[in-house]
Amino acid sequence: MEQPEDTVTNVRLPEPTVREEQVAPAPTGSPVFDTKSVSIYYGAFKAVTDVSLSIYEREITAFIGSSGSGKTTVLRAFNRMNDLVPGARVEGEMSYRGSPLYGKDVSPIAVRRRIGMVFQKPNPFPKSIYDNVAYGPRINGERNKGKLNEIVEHSLRRAALWDEVKNRLNTSGLALSGGQAQRLCIARTIAVEPDVVLMDEPASALDPIATGAIEDLMQELKSQYTIVVVTHNMQQATRVSDRTAVFSVLVNEESDTRTGVLVEYGTTGQIFEDPHDSRTQAYVTGRIG
Amino acid sequence: MAVTSPGQVDLREPPSWRRTKNRIATVLMVIAFVLVIIPLGFVLYTVVSKGVGIISKTFLTSGIPVIVAPPDVGGMGPAIAGTLVITGMATLLAVPLGVLGAVYLNEYGGKSPLARFIGFMADVMTGVPSIIMGLFIFSIWVVHFGLSGYSGLAGSFALGCLMLPIVIRSTQEMLKLVPDSLREGAYALGATKSRVSVTVVLPAAIGGIVSGALLAVARAAGETAPLLFTIGTVTIGGSPNWNVFKGTNTSLPSQIFANASSPYPGAQARGWGAALTLIVIAFILMIAARLVTARFSRYSHY
Repeated sequence: MEQPEDTVTNVRLPEPTVREEQVAPAPTGSPVFDTKSVSIYYGAFKAVTDVSLSIYEREITAFIGSSGSGKTTVLRAFNRMNDLVPGARVEGEMSYRGSPLYGKDVSPIAVRRRIGMVFQKPNPFPKSIYDNVAYGPRINGERNKGKLNEIVEHSLRRAALWDEVKNRLNTSGLALSGGQAQRLCIARTIAVEPDVVLMDEPASALDPIATGAIEDLMQELKSQYTIVVVTHNMQQATRVSDRTAVFSVLVNEESDTRTGVLVEYGTTGQIFEDPHDSRTQAYVTGRIG
Repeated sequence: MAVTSPGQVDLREPPSWRRTKNRIATVLMVIAFVLVIIPLGFVLYTVVSKGVGIISKTFLTSGIPVIVAPPDVGGMGPAIAGTLVITGMATLLAVPLGVLGAVYLNEYGGKSPLARFIGFMADVMTGVPSIIMGLFIFSIWVVHFGLSGYSGLAGSFALGCLMLPIVIRSTQEMLKLVPDSLREGAYALGATKSRVSVTVVLPAAIGGIVSGALLAVARAAGETAPLLFTIGTVTIGGSPNWNVFKGTNTSLPSQIFANASSPYPGAQARGWGAALTLIVIAFILMIAARLVTARFSRYSHY
């Protein structure tokens, strides 16, 4: 998949802003997720092949790559959401803090209580704003009204939504704008005090102002949660993430199948300034989509 | 053709068949609508005009007189009580079972053979003639108790069998309309499947479920055939039987059957009165359906 030299056109995109901390390669904490040669199938179709990477504590890791390269599939595998798709199976080793995620006695419910997810299209429940945020704590057994009020306010504050909704907590969660609804979903996710927050293109359905708010939020949440975000927006990856994993599509001509594959994984600074793999270089400079 | 000053664009529609075809289609649709409304309006007008004369407090509370009695004697009290308790009991039996069955079919069953079989049987049951339901309950329940087998409860079983497939199918359709993104959001918070179904999916669909259930109730309230073999004698004398478990009973449709085609003017008047009462009850149920739906789904829209 080498790009011929003579077809390189010098497309100079605006320089991604690289923060100083991204230059240091050593992870600040221990690995939260470890994947070794993981392949994920939907029935007979191999969606992604041979993924090996580690996600580190209290960092923001971005998954970027073209459509169909398996980024969302791998993300959803981290909290067993692929279990909801009939016929989905994971081969290889995937572990969370040392314990295998797909072990025999592992409860997906327990996994999802620790590893939350925010989806691409905001999906607030048709309940009041209060009940949306209180949903998680309630199913975990919290009944005390005072404690719930506290949790709701705390989560909405952390999601930078409190000031906008504090006077209308009893109105429908569906009545919020896109950006507010997504922040509500984030508040709902952090209300259960997860360890990890997975985000599947959280800002792609939002306008630039709302996107900026979500990105600021991600930076703030980093101090408490480990975050993995799938994004199509490379500028977003450079603005927000510490580490970036680049995925690509492997086209098998004979069987006419497309399988996702991990091409390169490193600090965001290195990926964008000094990509080792030519496919990475082609993707981040915009020559392939 | 373009009668415009220089520089302007002529935006008028060019003469063609299209406008005429559009007008013809609109007229045809209006005619179709009117044709549908006419029989409905006619039925309502007939029942109201023939029945309203006899409606009074006496009518609604008095016992059922002999068939030859004049119009101002007696009333349909027992029939109203019968309809209310029998239909009420049938609702209690059929609706919870039907809703839970639909939750199983849609949330748990998926494409499994058992789920498809149950769905198929529910569809078949919606087509079974209602008199068969009555006969079924007669043969497995009423007969075993001898004469005391006739009761409001037996009638409720028969009406319940009638309502069950309707509730199952309409609830399932409403559950299908709940977007998967809501379920995913709940799963992602660590909810179990039953939690997701009961705390997110059902509340999201509750408006439609209630509407569907009330339609089934209104249908059951108007049925006569299933009650023929199950609730006993068609006429009851003095007092209404509010005990659904014991004793024979009657219902408004049964009384309409018995009275409206008799030769005696008193009986006919009482029959029409019963018909009007039944329509009013159905009307009240519809309004209640709207109110309940609005209340339950107040978070589902802006």
